[in-house]
Amino acid sequence: MIGAKVAPVKGAPIKEAPVVEVKGLNISFRTASGVIQVVQDVSFSIDKGECLAVVGESGCGKSVSALATIGLLVKEQSIVTGSVLFRGEELLGKPESYMRKIRGGGISMIFQEPLSALNPVTTIGEQIAEVLVAHGRAGWREANKKAIEFLELVEIAQAPQRVKQYPHQLSGGMRQRAMIAMALAGEPELIIADEPTTALDVTIQAQVLELLRRTTKERGTALLLITHDLGIVAETADRIAVMYAGQIVEEGPAKEVLRAPAGPYARDLIASIPSYARRGKGLTTIQGTVPSPANFPTGCRFHPRCRFAVEACAASMPELTTHGTDRSVRCFRADEIAGGAK
Amino acid sequence: MSGATQTQLPVSESPWRQARGRFLNTRMGPAGLAILGCIFLFVAVGSILLPFDFYVVPQPDVISFTGRPPAWGRPFGETGMLQLDVMTLVANGGRTSLLIGFATAIGSITIGTIVGVIAGFIGGKLDSVLMRLADVFLMIPSLFVILFLARIFQGEGGGGVWSLVIVFVGFGWMGLARLVRGQVLAIREMEYVEAARALGVPSLRIALRHILPNAIGPLVVAAPFIVGGAIVSEAFISYLGFGINPATPTWGNILSESSKFLQQGNWWWIGFPGLFIVFTALSVNMIGDTLRSALDPRGRK
Repeated sequence: MIGAKVAPVKGAPIKEAPVVEVKGLNISFRTASGVIQVVQDVSFSIDKGECLAVVGESGCGKSVSALATIGLLVKEQSIVTGSVLFRGEELLGKPESYMRKIRGGGISMIFQEPLSALNPVTTIGEQIAEVLVAHGRAGWREANKKAIEFLELVEIAQAPQRVKQYPHQLSGGMRQRAMIAMALAGEPELIIADEPTTALDVTIQAQVLELLRRTTKERGTALLLITHDLGIVAETADRIAVMYAGQIVEEGPAKEVLRAPAGPYARDLIASIPSYARRGKGLTTIQGTVPSPANFPTGCRFHPRCRFAVEACAASMPELTTHGTDRSVRCFRADEIAGGAK
Repeated sequence: MSGATQTQLPVSESPWRQARGRFLNTRMGPAGLAILGCIFLFVAVGSILLPFDFYVVPQPDVISFTGRPPAWGRPFGETGMLQLDVMTLVANGGRTSLLIGFATAIGSITIGTIVGVIAGFIGGKLDSVLMRLADVFLMIPSLFVILFLARIFQGEGGGGVWSLVIVFVGFGWMGLARLVRGQVLAIREMEYVEAARALGVPSLRIALRHILPNAIGPLVVAAPFIVGGAIVSEAFISYLGFGINPATPTWGNILSESSKFLQQGNWWWIGFPGLFIVFTALSVNMIGDTLRSALDPRGRK
């Protein structure tokens, strides 16, 4: 492997190409009242074994972006432009037959509600085995044996008995573990987890998340974690992309963004996490509501709710610009705010 | 014992098995099964073991143009005219009637399921074409066509069992196809179907293994009613004289023949096949109703 294909850039360490690179993703829906753009100019990339958390309030476009990445949006209802490079290959516009092989085998998905994401009349063993078979990892006989190994991998006790059980016989946590096993079965290089712990009891959220992170890291699988829970981000993610109203408003290493958010939205979002230190002081909220995609405000989409807004914010849309070495933020006043402006 | 002792896991229990448990736990379901079972047993055993061939005139003790009422040795009585044993006749007729009922149900369900799954899963133009076809069939006054076709297929005096089944299936699949299509459309949007797609499971397998098993609940409920409906329809059409040729007895054409002798007071001739029709229809309805609640846990406490 001497003479790597990727040329070192400006003395940076030799870096493998990212597993997935999304560039300038725009998503619009055709609705009865016309075409509505819900995601605008979203770009991100995830390296092997890395975890990117996409954070944002409900309806900010994070799930839709994920579904577009694996081509699961209904084609008649949506318009997707931009670029999704997976292993250097453009996925947008690829035929369904090609995408079927990518799904599960290249990019897997874990859903929010494990009970409704598992077929109620099929054993979990069969549901894991069929992913193995669908991607040619094994024949049926072997796949049924391997299903047990995958259940053991996700730390389900008594796996040989559990494979024969139906989803309704498992607890919520076990169902989500089974979902993770299904997602891992096709040996994908990227797993998209759409709010994987939201439906679980708080007591097992951490366990399941830790399991997800560990199994993906061990296998070098990239992880795209979609969540609105900043608490789990701190534990899990390497990088964070904060989304607001269909745009990425801030992006950077998880620790830095959480410790010192650059933009006002990320600041307020992080400030609204309840903490013991501020006990007795009431909960911090962001005033106003998330705008609907049908009528996003002009200028910066956050300005009507922003504490730092000035006239310029209403006039034009700020670009996502680099902030510091490894971060970017979409705000005219990011540097001033960092400098302590009010 | 040590802490390593594993707790006993509950055995694997599919939702079908659970539904079976709920079905057997009622009074009506098993009762319906028992009645239908008795009818089957009577028909199966009776048509083999009873002493008379239905078309062979038993040696009558007394020549009598009108029939003879039930008595020792002929518990269902004897018909007029040919003086056939009604019990033998009913057993043999049941064989044909039940065959018509079950064949119609199997045929309609098969065609309805295939059409419904294709229409619902593939959708688009094919869906429109298939559903308009179903509409056309639904709009045709089926009774008229059945009587018309019966004449064409079977000629004077009625005829074959299978041509009647074909006509019944031809006019029985549409409602089932719509039912299945509706189910498929709903289940296609379920998250587990999207999850299967997101994990690259092939479409055919999604249709057969994820959508179909979750869609057939209403079909299982409909099946007994189709059996009952077909038996009653056959009786009705035969009664009108357009059904199966009386050389092949069915409950329907026994009724048809016997009605000519009602004025002679031959209640046993019309009564016993009539009772068998009623009890068959009753038992399949009991089974169907119980299945409906057994398959829908939300409808129960």
